[in-house]
Amino acid sequence: MIVHRTVVRLGVRSVFGRWRGVLLLVLPVVLVAVAVLVRALVGQDEQAAETTMYGLGLVVVVPLVALLATSGLLAPEIDDGSIVYLLAKPVPRATIVASKLVVAFGCVLVFAAVPMLVAGFVLVTGRPAFALGFALGALAGGVAYSAVFAWLSVLTRHAVVVGLMYLLIWEGLLGGLMSGVRWLSVNRWSAEVVDHVTGASLVSRLPLIYAVLALVVSVVVFTWRTGTRLRRFNLTGDE
Amino acid sequence: MTEIRVEHASRWFRNVVALNDVSMTIGPGVTGLLGPNGAGKSTLIALMSGFLAPSAGTVTLDGEPLWRNESVYRHVGLVPEREALFDYLTGRQFVVACAELHGLPDPGAAAQRAIATIELTDAQDRAISTYSKGMRQRIKMASALVHDPAVLLLDEPFNGMDPRQRLHLMELLREMGAAGRTVLFSSHILEEVEQVARHIEVVVAGRHAASGDFGAIRRLMTDRPNRFVIRSARDRELAAVLLGDASVRGARLRPEGGLEVEASDFGRFSEVLPRLAREHGVRLLEVVPTDESLESVFSYLVSS
Repeated sequence: MIVHRTVVRLGVRSVFGRWRGVLLLVLPVVLVAVAVLVRALVGQDEQAAETTMYGLGLVVVVPLVALLATSGLLAPEIDDGSIVYLLAKPVPRATIVASKLVVAFGCVLVFAAVPMLVAGFVLVTGRPAFALGFALGALAGGVAYSAVFAWLSVLTRHAVVVGLMYLLIWEGLLGGLMSGVRWLSVNRWSAEVVDHVTGASLVSRLPLIYAVLALVVSVVVFTWRTGTRLRRFNLTGDE
Repeated sequence: MTEIRVEHASRWFRNVVALNDVSMTIGPGVTGLLGPNGAGKSTLIALMSGFLAPSAGTVTLDGEPLWRNESVYRHVGLVPEREALFDYLTGRQFVVACAELHGLPDPGAAAQRAIATIELTDAQDRAISTYSKGMRQRIKMASALVHDPAVLLLDEPFNGMDPRQRLHLMELLREMGAAGRTVLFSSHILEEVEQVARHIEVVVAGRHAASGDFGAIRRLMTDRPNRFVIRSARDRELAAVLLGDASVRGARLRPEGGLEVEASDFGRFSEVLPRLAREHGVRLLEVVPTDESLESVFSYLVSS
Protein backbone atom coordinates (compact mmCIF):
# COMPACT_ATOMS: atom_id res chain seq x y z
CA MET A 1 0.00 0.00 0.00
CA ILE A 2 1.49 3.36 -1.05
CA VAL A 3 -0.68 5.48 1.24
CA HIS A 4 -1.62 4.59 4.82
CA ARG A 5 -5.07 5.72 5.89
CA THR A 6 -4.09 6.29 9.51
CA VAL A 7 -1.10 8.46 8.59
CA VAL A 8 -3.35 10.52 6.31
CA ARG A 9 -5.91 10.92 9.12
CA LEU A 10 -3.24 11.92 11.61
CA GLY A 11 -1.77 14.30 9.03
CA VAL A 12 -5.09 16.08 8.55
CA ARG A 13 -5.49 16.41 12.33
CA SER A 14 -1.94 17.67 12.61
CA VAL A 15 -2.39 20.40 9.96
CA PHE A 16 -5.67 21.66 11.32
CA GLY A 17 -4.82 21.16 14.98
CA ARG A 18 -2.32 24.03 14.86
CA TRP A 19 -2.43 27.74 14.07
CA ARG A 20 -1.23 27.00 10.56
CA GLY A 21 -4.67 25.56 9.84
CA VAL A 22 -6.23 28.98 10.36
CA LEU A 23 -3.77 30.60 7.95
CA LEU A 24 -4.62 27.94 5.39
CA LEU A 25 -8.21 29.12 5.53
CA VAL A 26 -7.29 32.82 5.45
CA LEU A 27 -5.17 32.74 2.27
CA PRO A 28 -7.88 31.53 -0.17
CA VAL A 29 -10.43 33.87 1.42
CA VAL A 30 -8.08 36.81 0.79
CA LEU A 31 -7.53 35.67 -2.82
CA VAL A 32 -11.23 35.41 -3.61
CA ALA A 33 -11.97 38.67 -1.77
CA VAL A 34 -9.32 40.53 -3.80
CA ALA A 35 -10.71 38.99 -6.99
CA VAL A 36 -14.19 40.26 -6.10
CA LEU A 37 -12.76 43.70 -5.30
CA VAL A 38 -10.82 43.92 -8.59
CA ARG A 39 -13.84 42.79 -10.56
CA ALA A 40 -16.01 45.38 -8.78
CA LEU A 41 -13.53 48.23 -9.27
CA VAL A 42 -12.09 47.45 -12.72
CA GLY A 43 -14.78 45.31 -14.32
CA GLN A 44 -13.82 42.47 -16.69
CA ASP A 45 -10.25 43.33 -17.58
CA GLU A 46 -8.02 40.42 -18.60
CA GLN A 47 -4.81 42.33 -17.90
CA ALA A 48 -5.91 43.17 -14.34
CA ALA A 49 -7.21 39.63 -13.91
CA GLU A 50 -3.88 38.10 -15.01
CA THR A 51 -1.92 40.41 -12.72
CA THR A 52 -4.12 39.50 -9.76
CA MET A 53 -4.13 35.77 -10.44
CA TYR A 54 -0.40 35.60 -11.07
CA GLY A 55 0.87 38.20 -8.58
CA LEU A 56 -1.33 37.15 -5.68
CA GLY A 57 -2.38 33.62 -6.65
CA LEU A 58 0.62 31.87 -8.19
CA VAL A 59 3.33 33.92 -6.50
CA VAL A 60 1.87 34.24 -2.97
CA VAL A 61 -1.08 31.97 -2.19
CA VAL A 62 0.04 28.74 -3.90
CA PRO A 63 3.57 28.52 -2.41
CA LEU A 64 2.40 29.69 1.01
CA VAL A 65 -0.40 27.11 1.12
CA ALA A 66 2.12 24.40 0.17
CA LEU A 67 4.61 25.68 2.73
CA LEU A 68 2.05 25.89 5.53
CA ALA A 69 0.56 22.49 4.77
CA THR A 70 3.89 20.70 4.40
CA SER A 71 5.67 22.33 7.30
CA GLY A 72 2.70 21.49 9.53
CA LEU A 73 2.91 17.83 8.53
CA LEU A 74 6.51 16.86 9.16
CA ALA A 75 8.63 19.59 10.72
CA PRO A 76 6.87 19.91 14.12
CA GLU A 77 6.89 16.14 14.65
CA ILE A 78 10.56 15.91 13.75
CA ASP A 79 11.35 18.92 15.96
CA ASP A 80 9.68 17.57 19.09
CA GLY A 81 10.50 13.92 18.40
CA SER A 82 6.88 12.73 18.30
CA ILE A 83 7.50 11.38 14.79
CA VAL A 84 9.05 8.38 16.52
CA TYR A 85 5.51 7.09 17.18
CA LEU A 86 4.96 6.91 13.42
CA LEU A 87 8.39 5.60 12.57
CA ALA A 88 8.51 2.86 15.24
CA LYS A 89 5.92 0.94 13.27
CA PRO A 90 6.21 -1.72 10.56
CA VAL A 91 5.20 0.82 7.94
CA PRO A 92 7.69 1.70 5.16
CA ARG A 93 9.03 5.22 5.56
CA ALA A 94 8.18 5.88 1.89
CA THR A 95 4.53 5.12 2.72
CA ILE A 96 4.65 7.60 5.60
CA VAL A 97 6.07 10.31 3.34
CA ALA A 98 3.59 9.53 0.55
CA SER A 99 0.67 9.63 3.00
CA LYS A 100 1.83 12.95 4.42
CA LEU A 101 2.21 14.37 0.93
CA VAL A 102 -1.28 13.24 -0.01
CA VAL A 103 -2.53 15.51 2.79
CA ALA A 104 -0.37 18.38 1.49
CA PHE A 105 -1.63 17.80 -2.06
CA GLY A 106 -5.19 17.79 -0.74
CA CYS A 107 -4.54 21.12 0.98
CA VAL A 108 -3.12 22.53 -2.27
CA LEU A 109 -6.21 21.35 -4.14
CA VAL A 110 -8.70 22.71 -1.62
CA PHE A 111 -6.93 25.88 -0.46
CA ALA A 112 -5.07 26.90 -3.62
CA ALA A 113 -6.39 25.29 -6.83
CA VAL A 114 -10.12 25.54 -6.06
CA PRO A 115 -9.88 29.17 -4.83
CA MET A 116 -7.88 29.99 -7.98
CA LEU A 117 -10.68 28.46 -10.03
CA VAL A 118 -13.27 30.51 -8.15
CA ALA A 119 -11.20 33.71 -8.36
CA GLY A 120 -10.66 33.07 -12.08
CA PHE A 121 -14.37 32.77 -12.71
CA VAL A 122 -15.01 35.92 -10.67
CA LEU A 123 -12.45 37.92 -12.65
CA VAL A 124 -13.14 36.61 -16.15
CA THR A 125 -16.54 35.30 -17.06
CA GLY A 126 -17.36 33.70 -20.39
CA ARG A 127 -13.87 32.17 -20.89
CA PRO A 128 -13.56 29.09 -18.64
CA ALA A 129 -10.02 28.35 -19.96
CA PHE A 130 -8.77 31.34 -17.95
CA ALA A 131 -9.93 30.00 -14.59
CA LEU A 132 -9.14 26.37 -15.48
CA GLY A 133 -5.63 27.25 -16.64
CA PHE A 134 -4.78 29.08 -13.41
CA ALA A 135 -6.32 26.30 -11.31
CA LEU A 136 -4.29 23.68 -13.18
CA GLY A 137 -1.10 25.74 -12.83
CA ALA A 138 -1.81 26.24 -9.13
CA LEU A 139 -2.30 22.51 -8.63
CA ALA A 140 0.86 21.57 -10.54
CA GLY A 141 2.95 24.24 -8.84
CA GLY A 142 1.50 23.52 -5.40
CA VAL A 143 2.23 19.80 -5.68
CA ALA A 144 5.84 20.50 -6.71
CA TYR A 145 6.29 23.07 -3.92
CA SER A 146 4.93 20.53 -1.42
CA ALA A 147 7.49 17.92 -2.46
CA VAL A 148 10.33 20.46 -2.21
CA PHE A 149 9.18 21.75 1.19
CA ALA A 150 8.67 18.20 2.52
CA TRP A 151 12.28 17.46 1.68
CA LEU A 152 13.35 20.67 3.41
CA SER A 153 11.34 19.58 6.49
CA VAL A 154 13.39 16.41 6.92
CA LEU A 155 16.62 18.18 6.04
CA THR A 156 16.57 21.14 8.42
CA ARG A 157 14.83 22.35 11.54
CA HIS A 158 14.41 25.70 9.80
CA ALA A 159 12.36 24.44 6.87
CA VAL A 160 9.93 27.36 6.95
CA VAL A 161 12.73 29.93 6.92
CA VAL A 162 14.61 28.14 4.14
CA GLY A 163 11.35 27.74 2.21
CA LEU A 164 10.59 31.44 2.54
CA MET A 165 14.14 32.31 1.48
CA TYR A 166 13.70 30.14 -1.62
CA LEU A 167 10.46 31.94 -2.43
CA LEU A 168 11.59 35.49 -1.65
CA ILE A 169 15.22 35.44 -2.71
CA TRP A 170 15.45 32.81 -5.44
CA GLU A 171 12.06 33.10 -7.11
CA GLY A 172 11.22 36.67 -6.10
CA LEU A 173 14.42 38.68 -6.15
CA LEU A 174 16.80 36.70 -8.36
CA GLY A 175 13.98 35.48 -10.59
CA GLY A 176 13.23 39.13 -11.42
CA LEU A 177 16.88 40.02 -12.03
CA MET A 178 18.17 36.98 -13.88
CA SER A 179 16.10 35.34 -16.57
CA GLY A 180 18.08 32.09 -16.23
CA VAL A 181 16.43 31.45 -12.85
CA ARG A 182 13.24 30.47 -14.69
CA TRP A 183 14.83 27.10 -15.54
CA LEU A 184 14.97 26.28 -11.82
CA SER A 185 11.81 27.92 -10.53
CA VAL A 186 8.62 26.08 -9.59
CA ASN A 187 6.74 29.33 -10.05
CA ARG A 188 7.92 29.74 -13.63
CA TRP A 189 7.19 26.11 -14.47
CA SER A 190 3.63 26.42 -13.21
CA ALA A 191 3.25 29.80 -14.95
CA GLU A 192 4.21 28.09 -18.20
CA VAL A 193 1.38 25.60 -17.71
CA VAL A 194 -1.01 28.50 -17.11
CA ASP A 195 0.28 30.32 -20.22
CA HIS A 196 -0.27 27.25 -22.34
CA VAL A 197 -3.87 26.66 -21.21
CA THR A 198 -5.03 30.29 -20.99
CA GLY A 199 -3.02 31.72 -23.90
CA ALA A 200 -1.62 34.40 -21.59
CA SER A 201 2.03 35.40 -21.38
CA LEU A 202 2.79 35.76 -17.69
CA VAL A 203 6.55 35.43 -17.65
CA SER A 204 9.49 34.76 -19.94
CA ARG A 205 8.80 31.66 -21.97
CA LEU A 206 10.03 28.16 -21.27
CA PRO A 207 9.38 25.11 -23.45
CA LEU A 208 6.15 23.57 -22.11
CA ILE A 209 7.61 20.08 -22.23
CA TYR A 210 10.50 21.23 -20.05
CA ALA A 211 8.15 22.88 -17.53
CA VAL A 212 5.95 19.78 -17.26
CA LEU A 213 8.93 17.44 -17.02
CA ALA A 214 10.58 19.66 -14.40
CA LEU A 215 7.37 19.63 -12.32
CA VAL A 216 7.04 15.84 -12.54
CA VAL A 217 10.73 15.16 -11.90
CA SER A 218 10.84 17.51 -8.90
CA VAL A 219 7.80 15.81 -7.34
CA VAL A 220 9.27 12.34 -7.83
CA VAL A 221 12.84 13.18 -6.82
CA PHE A 222 12.02 15.27 -3.74
CA THR A 223 9.41 12.74 -2.54
CA TRP A 224 11.95 9.94 -2.93
CA ARG A 225 14.68 11.97 -1.18
CA THR A 226 12.31 12.75 1.69
CA GLY A 227 11.61 9.03 2.12
CA THR A 228 15.28 8.03 2.09
CA ARG A 229 16.12 10.81 4.52
CA LEU A 230 13.35 9.68 6.88
CA ARG A 231 14.73 6.13 6.77
CA ARG A 232 17.88 7.51 8.31
CA PHE A 233 16.04 9.41 11.04
CA ASN A 234 18.11 9.52 14.22
CA LEU A 235 16.67 9.45 17.69
CA THR A 236 19.50 10.46 19.94
CA GLY A 237 17.57 11.43 23.06
CA ASP A 238 18.56 14.39 25.16
CA GLU A 239 22.10 13.29 25.90
CA MET B 1 13.51 -16.49 22.38
CA THR B 2 14.04 -12.87 21.43
CA GLU B 3 17.50 -11.45 21.92
CA ILE B 4 19.12 -8.11 21.21
CA ARG B 5 22.82 -8.45 20.59
CA VAL B 6 25.13 -5.46 20.68
CA GLU B 7 28.60 -6.35 19.41
CA HIS B 8 31.50 -3.93 19.72
CA ALA B 9 29.15 -1.05 19.02
CA SER B 10 30.52 2.46 19.08
CA ARG B 11 28.78 5.65 18.21
CA TRP B 12 30.31 9.03 17.84
CA PHE B 13 28.86 12.38 16.90
CA ARG B 14 31.60 14.26 15.05
CA ASN B 15 34.46 14.21 17.56
CA VAL B 16 32.34 13.28 20.60
CA VAL B 17 32.25 9.61 21.48
CA ALA B 18 28.84 8.73 22.93
CA LEU B 19 29.41 4.97 23.10
CA ASN B 20 32.73 3.21 23.03
CA ASP B 21 33.03 -0.46 22.02
CA VAL B 22 29.98 -1.73 23.90
CA SER B 23 29.04 -5.40 23.73
CA MET B 24 26.08 -6.92 25.53
CA THR B 25 23.25 -9.36 24.97
CA ILE B 26 19.77 -8.57 26.22
CA GLY B 27 17.64 -11.68 26.53
CA PRO B 28 14.22 -12.55 27.99
CA GLY B 29 13.48 -11.14 31.43
CA VAL B 30 13.90 -7.64 32.80
CA THR B 31 17.25 -5.94 32.34
CA GLY B 32 18.05 -2.60 33.94
CA LEU B 33 20.33 -0.25 32.03
CA LEU B 34 21.96 1.81 34.74
CA GLY B 35 24.16 4.85 34.38
CA PRO B 36 24.42 8.50 35.31
CA ASN B 37 22.90 11.20 33.13
CA GLY B 38 24.81 11.61 29.88
CA ALA B 39 26.38 8.15 30.15
CA GLY B 40 25.07 7.01 26.77
CA LYS B 41 21.92 5.14 27.86
CA SER B 42 19.62 6.93 25.41
CA THR B 43 22.16 6.45 22.63
CA LEU B 44 22.27 2.74 23.40
CA ILE B 45 18.47 2.48 23.42
CA ALA B 46 18.33 4.40 20.13
CA LEU B 47 20.76 1.84 18.66
CA MET B 48 18.69 -1.05 20.03
CA SER B 49 15.46 0.40 18.65
CA GLY B 50 16.80 1.02 15.15
CA PHE B 51 16.80 4.79 15.48
CA LEU B 52 20.53 5.23 15.27
CA ALA B 53 23.20 3.54 13.20
CA PRO B 54 26.31 2.36 15.04
CA SER B 55 29.44 4.13 13.83
CA ALA B 56 31.20 0.80 14.33
CA GLY B 57 30.02 -2.66 15.36
CA THR B 58 26.60 -4.23 14.99
CA VAL B 59 23.24 -4.25 16.77
CA THR B 60 20.83 -7.04 15.87
CA LEU B 61 17.51 -8.48 16.96
CA ASP B 62 17.59 -12.26 16.60
CA GLY B 63 20.29 -11.86 13.98
CA GLU B 64 18.49 -9.19 11.98
CA PRO B 65 19.93 -5.67 11.81
CA LEU B 66 17.80 -3.05 13.54
CA TRP B 67 18.96 -0.04 11.54
CA ARG B 68 16.83 0.77 8.48
CA ASN B 69 14.64 -2.28 9.07
CA GLU B 70 11.03 -1.26 9.75
CA SER B 71 9.85 -4.87 9.99
CA VAL B 72 11.52 -5.26 13.43
CA TYR B 73 8.86 -2.99 14.93
CA ARG B 74 6.40 -5.90 14.74
CA HIS B 75 8.35 -7.31 17.69
CA VAL B 76 9.59 -4.17 19.40
CA GLY B 77 7.75 -1.68 21.60
CA LEU B 78 9.55 1.57 22.37
CA VAL B 79 8.90 4.10 25.12
CA PRO B 80 11.16 7.06 24.35
CA GLU B 81 12.29 9.54 26.97
CA ARG B 82 10.93 12.59 25.22
CA GLU B 83 7.50 13.67 26.32
CA ALA B 84 6.21 15.04 23.03
CA LEU B 85 3.13 13.22 21.78
CA PHE B 86 0.30 13.91 19.37
CA ASP B 87 -1.32 16.41 21.74
CA TYR B 88 -4.27 17.06 19.45
CA LEU B 89 -5.51 13.47 19.91
CA THR B 90 -7.19 11.89 22.89
CA GLY B 91 -5.33 9.09 24.63
CA ARG B 92 -7.60 6.47 23.07
CA GLN B 93 -7.31 7.92 19.56
CA PHE B 94 -3.53 7.87 19.92
CA VAL B 95 -3.34 4.22 20.98
CA VAL B 96 -5.92 3.16 18.35
CA ALA B 97 -3.81 4.92 15.69
CA CYS B 98 -0.74 3.00 16.91
CA ALA B 99 -2.70 -0.26 16.72
CA GLU B 100 -3.80 0.59 13.16
CA LEU B 101 -0.23 1.37 12.15
CA HIS B 102 0.76 -2.06 13.42
CA GLY B 103 -1.95 -3.53 11.20
CA LEU B 104 -3.77 -5.25 14.08
CA PRO B 105 -7.06 -6.93 13.12
CA ASP B 106 -9.10 -5.18 15.85
CA PRO B 107 -7.32 -1.91 16.70
CA GLY B 108 -10.08 -0.68 19.03
CA ALA B 109 -10.02 -3.78 21.22
CA ALA B 110 -6.21 -3.88 21.29
CA ALA B 111 -6.12 -0.22 22.34
CA GLN B 112 -8.67 -0.83 25.09
CA ARG B 113 -6.59 -3.72 26.45
CA ALA B 114 -3.39 -1.67 26.44
CA ILE B 115 -5.07 1.33 28.08
CA ALA B 116 -6.64 -0.91 30.74
CA THR B 117 -3.25 -2.50 31.42
CA ILE B 118 -1.71 0.86 32.27
CA GLU B 119 -4.87 1.94 34.16
CA LEU B 120 -5.75 4.99 32.13
CA THR B 121 -9.26 4.00 31.09
CA ASP B 122 -10.89 6.89 32.95
CA ALA B 123 -8.81 9.51 31.15
CA GLN B 124 -8.67 7.84 27.72
CA ASP B 125 -11.12 10.26 26.12
CA ARG B 126 -9.31 13.38 27.28
CA ALA B 127 -6.96 15.24 24.93
CA ILE B 128 -3.34 14.29 25.54
CA SER B 129 -2.53 18.00 25.88
CA THR B 130 -4.38 17.92 29.22
CA TYR B 131 -2.41 14.95 30.59
CA SER B 132 0.01 15.20 33.50
CA LYS B 133 3.58 14.03 33.06
CA GLY B 134 2.78 10.67 34.63
CA MET B 135 -0.28 10.19 32.41
CA ARG B 136 1.78 10.98 29.32
CA GLN B 137 4.29 8.39 30.43
CA ARG B 138 1.51 5.83 30.80
CA ILE B 139 -0.10 6.54 27.43
CA LYS B 140 3.35 6.13 25.88
CA MET B 141 3.48 2.73 27.59
CA ALA B 142 0.07 1.82 26.18
CA SER B 143 1.19 2.74 22.67
CA ALA B 144 4.26 0.53 23.07
CA LEU B 145 2.27 -2.40 24.46
CA VAL B 146 -0.66 -2.29 22.03
CA HIS B 147 0.81 -4.88 19.64
CA ASP B 148 1.94 -7.19 22.43
CA PRO B 149 5.65 -6.94 21.55
CA ALA B 150 8.25 -9.57 22.43
CA VAL B 151 10.75 -6.80 23.15
CA LEU B 152 10.03 -3.69 25.17
CA LEU B 153 12.57 -0.87 25.36
CA LEU B 154 11.93 1.93 27.83
CA ASP B 155 14.06 5.05 28.24
CA GLU B 156 13.76 6.43 31.79
CA PRO B 157 10.16 5.19 32.11
CA PHE B 158 9.68 6.17 35.75
CA ASN B 159 10.36 9.87 35.21
CA GLY B 160 7.42 11.98 36.28
CA MET B 161 5.40 9.13 37.77
CA ASP B 162 3.99 9.36 41.26
CA PRO B 163 4.90 6.55 43.71
CA ARG B 164 1.71 4.56 43.09
CA GLN B 165 2.09 4.70 39.31
CA ARG B 166 5.75 3.83 39.70
CA LEU B 167 4.93 0.71 41.71
CA HIS B 168 2.30 -0.30 39.18
CA LEU B 169 4.69 0.07 36.26
CA MET B 170 7.37 -1.85 38.16
CA GLU B 171 4.91 -4.69 38.73
CA LEU B 172 3.93 -4.61 35.06
CA LEU B 173 7.55 -4.83 33.92
CA ARG B 174 8.21 -7.70 36.32
CA GLU B 175 5.17 -9.55 34.96
CA MET B 176 6.27 -8.99 31.38
CA GLY B 177 9.74 -10.25 32.19
CA ALA B 178 8.34 -13.29 33.97
CA ALA B 179 6.20 -14.00 30.91
CA GLY B 180 9.36 -14.39 28.85
CA ARG B 181 9.48 -11.01 27.16
CA THR B 182 12.71 -9.15 26.68
CA VAL B 183 12.34 -5.95 28.69
CA LEU B 184 15.08 -3.34 28.94
CA PHE B 185 14.66 -0.09 30.83
CA SER B 186 17.14 2.66 31.56
CA SER B 187 17.46 4.57 34.78
CA HIS B 188 20.02 6.63 36.65
CA ILE B 189 18.53 5.65 40.01
CA LEU B 190 20.02 2.59 41.63
CA GLU B 191 17.02 1.85 43.86
CA GLU B 192 14.64 2.01 40.92
CA VAL B 193 16.59 -0.64 39.05
CA GLU B 194 16.97 -2.74 42.19
CA GLN B 195 13.21 -3.06 42.58
CA VAL B 196 12.58 -4.37 39.07
CA ALA B 197 15.60 -6.02 37.52
CA ARG B 198 17.82 -8.82 38.70
CA HIS B 199 20.11 -8.40 35.74
CA ILE B 200 21.71 -5.03 35.11
CA GLU B 201 24.03 -3.47 32.60
CA VAL B 202 25.98 -0.46 33.80
CA VAL B 203 27.09 2.21 31.34
CA VAL B 204 29.41 5.04 32.35
CA ALA B 205 30.83 7.73 30.09
CA GLY B 206 29.93 5.71 27.00
CA ARG B 207 31.65 2.57 28.26
CA HIS B 208 30.15 -0.71 29.40
CA ALA B 209 31.24 -0.66 33.04
CA ALA B 210 29.61 -3.76 34.50
CA SER B 211 27.17 -6.50 33.67
CA GLY B 212 25.48 -9.20 35.65
CA ASP B 213 23.34 -9.99 38.64
CA PHE B 214 22.17 -6.95 40.55
CA GLY B 215 23.28 -8.35 43.92
CA ALA B 216 26.87 -8.87 42.77
CA ILE B 217 27.11 -5.40 41.29
CA ARG B 218 25.43 -3.87 44.33
CA ARG B 219 28.04 -5.56 46.54
CA LEU B 220 30.80 -4.30 44.29
CA MET B 221 29.36 -0.83 44.72
CA THR B 222 28.96 -0.99 48.48
CA ASP B 223 32.22 -2.85 49.21
CA ARG B 224 34.29 -0.16 47.56
CA PRO B 225 36.23 2.26 49.81
CA ASN B 226 33.78 4.78 51.25
CA ARG B 227 34.69 8.15 52.69
CA PHE B 228 32.86 9.81 55.55
CA VAL B 229 33.22 13.00 57.52
CA ILE B 230 32.38 12.36 61.15
CA ARG B 231 31.93 15.02 63.79
CA SER B 232 31.98 13.81 67.36
CA ALA B 233 32.52 15.07 70.87
CA ARG B 234 36.11 13.68 70.90
CA ASP B 235 37.43 13.33 67.33
CA ARG B 236 41.03 12.35 68.18
CA GLU B 237 39.97 9.52 70.51
CA LEU B 238 37.40 8.26 68.00
CA ALA B 239 40.04 8.24 65.25
CA ALA B 240 42.35 6.08 67.37
CA VAL B 241 39.55 3.64 68.16
CA LEU B 242 38.39 3.36 64.55
CA LEU B 243 41.89 2.76 63.23
CA GLY B 244 41.99 -0.32 65.42
CA ASP B 245 39.23 -1.92 63.40
CA ALA B 246 39.88 -3.80 60.14
CA SER B 247 37.01 -2.11 58.33
CA VAL B 248 38.79 1.27 58.49
CA ARG B 249 41.61 1.93 56.09
CA GLY B 250 42.51 5.45 57.23
CA ALA B 251 41.48 8.38 59.42
CA ARG B 252 42.55 12.00 59.32
CA LEU B 253 41.78 14.91 61.62
CA ARG B 254 40.51 17.82 59.58
CA PRO B 255 41.93 21.29 60.36
CA GLU B 256 38.41 22.74 60.33
CA GLY B 257 37.24 20.12 62.82
CA GLY B 258 35.81 16.66 62.40
CA LEU B 259 37.33 13.44 61.21
CA GLU B 260 37.73 12.10 57.70
CA VAL B 261 37.50 8.31 57.60
CA GLU B 262 38.00 5.91 54.72
CA ALA B 263 36.23 2.59 55.23
CA SER B 264 37.20 -0.41 53.16
CA ASP B 265 34.15 -2.46 54.12
CA PHE B 266 31.01 -0.37 54.15
CA GLY B 267 28.79 -3.05 55.68
CA ARG B 268 31.07 -3.77 58.61
CA PHE B 269 31.93 -0.10 59.17
CA SER B 270 28.26 0.93 59.44
CA GLU B 271 27.82 -1.68 62.15
CA VAL B 272 31.11 -1.04 63.98
CA LEU B 273 31.02 2.78 64.13
CA PRO B 274 28.03 3.22 66.47
CA ARG B 275 29.13 0.27 68.61
CA LEU B 276 32.68 1.53 69.12
CA ALA B 277 31.45 5.06 69.78
CA ARG B 278 29.04 3.78 72.43
CA GLU B 279 31.66 1.53 74.06
CA HIS B 280 34.12 4.42 74.36
CA GLY B 281 31.55 6.99 75.40
CA VAL B 282 32.11 9.16 72.31
CA ARG B 283 29.05 11.04 71.21
CA LEU B 284 28.55 11.08 67.42
CA LEU B 285 27.25 14.45 66.22
CA GLU B 286 27.27 13.92 62.46
CA VAL B 287 28.18 11.20 59.97
CA VAL B 288 28.21 12.36 56.34
CA PRO B 289 29.24 10.23 53.35
CA THR B 290 31.37 12.44 51.08
CA ASP B 291 31.36 10.49 47.83
CA GLU B 292 27.96 8.86 47.69
CA SER B 293 26.96 10.41 44.40
CA LEU B 294 26.06 7.84 41.76
CA GLU B 295 28.81 9.22 39.56
CA SER B 296 31.45 8.32 42.15
CA VAL B 297 30.00 4.83 42.50
CA PHE B 298 30.11 4.42 38.74
CA SER B 299 33.63 5.81 38.56
CA TYR B 300 34.70 3.17 41.01
CA LEU B 301 33.08 0.46 38.93
CA VAL B 302 34.86 1.65 35.82
CA SER B 303 38.24 1.65 37.48
CA SER B 304 37.75 -1.72 39.19
